[in-house]
Amino acid sequence: MKPLAIAATCVTVALMAGAILYGESVVQRQATNGRTVVIYWEKWTGDEAKEMEKVVNSFNKSQDRIFVRYLSISGVDQKTLLATSGGNPPDVAGIWQEGLARFSDMGALLDLTAMAKEKGLTRDYYIPAFYDALTYRGGLWALPSTPASIALHVNSDLVPKEVATPETFPKTIEELDKLSDKITKKDKDGNLTLSGFVPSNPGWWNWAWPIYFGGQIVKGDKITVDTPEAERSFKWVEGYYKRYGPTAVQNFRSGFANFASPDDPFMSGKVATEINGVWKANYIRVYKKGMHWFAVPFPYPADRKDLEGHSNLSQDVLSIPAGAKHPKEAFEFIAYVQQQKVMESLCKGHGKNSPLRVVSEEFFKTHQNKFIRLFDELARSPKAFSPPNIGIYAQIGNEINVAFDEVNTGQKTPKQALHDAQGRLDKLWATYQAQVLGVKK
Amino acid sequence: MNKRRDARVGILFAMPWIMGFLIFSLYPLLSSLYTSFTSYSVLQPPKWIGVENYRELLSDEIFIKSVVNTAWYTIAAVPLSTVVAIGLAMLLNTKVKGMAVYRTMFFLPSLVPMVALGTLFLWVFNGDHGLLNAILKPLGLPTPNWLGEPLYAKSTLILISMWGCGQAMIIYLAGLQDVPISLYEAADLDGAKFWAKTRNVTIPMISPVILFNVVMGIIGSMQIFAVPYVMFSGGSPARANYYFSMYLFDNAFAYQRMGFASAMAWIMFAIILVLTLISLRISERHVHYEGG
Repeated sequence: MKPLAIAATCVTVALMAGAILYGESVVQRQATNGRTVVIYWEKWTGDEAKEMEKVVNSFNKSQDRIFVRYLSISGVDQKTLLATSGGNPPDVAGIWQEGLARFSDMGALLDLTAMAKEKGLTRDYYIPAFYDALTYRGGLWALPSTPASIALHVNSDLVPKEVATPETFPKTIEELDKLSDKITKKDKDGNLTLSGFVPSNPGWWNWAWPIYFGGQIVKGDKITVDTPEAERSFKWVEGYYKRYGPTAVQNFRSGFANFASPDDPFMSGKVATEINGVWKANYIRVYKKGMHWFAVPFPYPADRKDLEGHSNLSQDVLSIPAGAKHPKEAFEFIAYVQQQKVMESLCKGHGKNSPLRVVSEEFFKTHQNKFIRLFDELARSPKAFSPPNIGIYAQIGNEINVAFDEVNTGQKTPKQALHDAQGRLDKLWATYQAQVLGVKK
Repeated sequence: MNKRRDARVGILFAMPWIMGFLIFSLYPLLSSLYTSFTSYSVLQPPKWIGVENYRELLSDEIFIKSVVNTAWYTIAAVPLSTVVAIGLAMLLNTKVKGMAVYRTMFFLPSLVPMVALGTLFLWVFNGDHGLLNAILKPLGLPTPNWLGEPLYAKSTLILISMWGCGQAMIIYLAGLQDVPISLYEAADLDGAKFWAKTRNVTIPMISPVILFNVVMGIIGSMQIFAVPYVMFSGGSPARANYYFSMYLFDNAFAYQRMGFASAMAWIMFAIILVLTLISLRISERHVHYEGG
């Protein structure tokens, strides 16, 4: 009886394993039908993932040689790097533009220059600021999936009527500060209940403040986060902290809910104005339909009219990791995404502007963001800027965030905070140059 | 001959563990020791740089800050959680109706996963509409921004560490139940009150358990990661909550500085080893073993 039971168990296990393996191969054959399978990892989840899935499906239907297998995963940049180092990367990785230099320095990406040229995907095809941000040390390391420009969003119901239109809204930072002071409200305990503007909300682009005041955080091969412009921008940040109260701003901000919720501070009426991306309209449509709002370029310092129309840009990009098994097929998919019709459909689905130089009138007319033309213009502005292409961008961003916190909590003066950040970054950069870039001291 | 065959069979049976140890423990350990002397971004072969990573660490103010933060946390959290866990264990060692329910209630929180715990406490300690401030405000007590102000943010994390003291509490409870009743009876005959019995009977008798929990507490506190990683992005505000393991993780996986991160790991190992040896040395005078 005992040997019989063992034999029966072995047979059952073998049958089950066989069924699983055979079933998997059947499913694979059905799905790919003998086509080359391109593995595509993407960061998006939810509606954004679904929009890209539509593109993937349409590509798979458009031809019979390549099948793109789309996988939405978290931590895509770290996982791509680890998979690349393990010799089994995806064929296409949907990462962020600001990580390209680091990936490139480590030899983690394929240079797409030649393949892009062959398909006519050159600088002329794109809005220059978007294309340039994808180039680094003479190589082209990715092509855009969806890009975005950033602007000041204004809740029309919370600002005085005389400034409640894009045309009449303050143009300079000094005017914005005055307006903010005018409409900011506190309760009897000194707690903020409404703020005209707070530089720490949403807090995603602290690295950009020095540039909004005319500075640069990277000049050539030098990191420059303690320039007079940077100090001026942090003094401006400090001004809010001082005017509205040391703990009031902190407490107020700690009550801000997630941006993808109806309790988002801008949608719930806690802040009257907020710097944010073109995608904001998408969330307003979902969580606060009917809200009265408009967007304007972020104001410029009164004595720097030359900065009018500035905007920081961000981009989600498609790249091919080094060691990808099917780079040519992967690029065919990436090139498909670059087609004007496909790109416009994807960008519209994500509520973003297009990275392409030529944009159809249909795109503007049917886009759910009524200020889409503004975001398009901002991207084309010569004053538009992207995160700097440098291998230690992540550390630069972190150090500026720390300096921002130190100023915003009154621990250090702007000069001291930026000076300290510069000191730390100088050391990091020297080490990076020596160890990764091979620059001899 | 039989002995040799027995040894072979024994080794064969132990082989899965031996292989596992060699492949998954010893090799990574030795490999990380070698890596700590290299510049290694994972994608390119490691480049030997000698003690450069260790030298850089000594002058790295972020590293020093992370060490100070971790020490601050350990110094505050370990004694506090020891006192709380012993106190709870003593309460749960009394003869009260429904004690099994109370024991379960106090132990359950320690089973909550760290990430869920971090997310939960983000709401409890929210300065604007958190549960804690909602309780403090009607009582006329200060309602600070627990997560936004550096000093409060650190203290908040120490308070949160109490949430997980159920594990230690159960071990203390087992220790307490091992204390012979005859010792308490003798103390009663001598007229000893609660505090005298605690100081002269309970604490000495459970001192080996205390030593074990303190050593484990030090090791755990030195490696604190998940809760501050979830609650304080980048160790905010201004790295007030940036701990050793967070900096190690960032260097390894965000900046791909595996050599530097490996050097950090070995320094952490050395610190923990020294602290454990100090604890053991101190314990020689204070820990009472029944058999010894």
